[in-house]
Amino acid sequence: MDPAAAKLLGAGLAAIGVGMAALGVGNVFGSFLQGALRNPGAADGQQGRLFIGFAAAELLGLLAFVVAMILLFVA
Amino acid sequence: MAGKIDPMHQFMVEPLFGTEHWAIGGYNIAFTNSALFMVVTLVLLWIFMLGGMKGQLSALFMVVTLVLLWIFMLGGMKGQLVPGRWQAAVEGFTGFVSNMMEANIGPKGKAFTPYVFSLFMFILIANMVGMFPLGVIPGLHAFTVTSHLTITGVLAIVSFSIVLIVGFLRHGFHFFSLFVPHGTPVPMIPLIFVIELFSFMIRPFSLGLRLFVAMTAGHILLKVLAGFVINGFNAGPGIALIVSLPSFLLMIGISVLELLVCAIQAYVFALLTSLYLNDAINLH
Repeated sequence: MDPAAAKLLGAGLAAIGVGMAALGVGNVFGSFLQGALRNPGAADGQQGRLFIGFAAAELLGLLAFVVAMILLFVA
Repeated sequence: MAGKIDPMHQFMVEPLFGTEHWAIGGYNIAFTNSALFMVVTLVLLWIFMLGGMKGQLSALFMVVTLVLLWIFMLGGMKGQLVPGRWQAAVEGFTGFVSNMMEANIGPKGKAFTPYVFSLFMFILIANMVGMFPLGVIPGLHAFTVTSHLTITGVLAIVSFSIVLIVGFLRHGFHFFSLFVPHGTPVPMIPLIFVIELFSFMIRPFSLGLRLFVAMTAGHILLKVLAGFVINGFNAGPGIALIVSLPSFLLMIGISVLELLVCAIQAYVFALLTSLYLNDAINLH
């Protein structure tokens, strides 16, 4: 396969990872809302944990984005 | 089609004001657009803080008294017991950060509140300045300081160094017990130690990388959509209606989302820094 074409295909495949991270981030906020609506009194105390979970889920998607960018512009 | 639109050009670091040959000991110290926007960020931060501060100017700030006096009068604040609008805004931020430190570290965290506050405000304002639509003035374009790994990486290394220094100063070599959680079965200790050490050592990378990539990704996305808008207009009115108009509406929505991301990333950086400090101060 032409190396340039392989790079573009690889970048496109890496973009799937970004979509997967979207599932993860949605799951974090969705689960938080489910819990928060059941017990609104405890919700405010858990905002720190909400954003830790968000940060962890988002980081993995951003890594996929970095792979795509490296394939497109660096490698 | 005239001239391909390059979404990466916005991240170019360029020397300004003819300083490209300035050097110390062979190292180039040109004043770049990155440096300029860091200065802009700091000035905005000073204006914001001084506008809500008490009545005296400290000796440090006397150097730029003229500018600051003017700013001060603009702010028109004198550290009232009942805060005005500006002071309330400043106190909102300081209270937010000190509450976060209190919740995550406890009373021992008070000493680190100024550092985390500076970090939070610098990142927040740098992100916001990068979103500012300076491009409507011909010849100018906004530069996002935090979209470069060199800058976020240095911020992350500073945070990580503080964690290491505080950890070893407070606990000495007992700090290594951070890598062996309580109640680990003895046969598991070598494996757990390696895993915990690895997850500890990867922290500065994930901290710096997260901020850098989040800002870069958002700005690339906006510029790619802007490219759609312009190319659509160049291709004729029919294409413009189908491509340019929806892209432009999407850009408006994503700009709002990006403002949210600016705030969230600054918050996450400060939050993770405070959690890592908590590990170093309280062990576990």
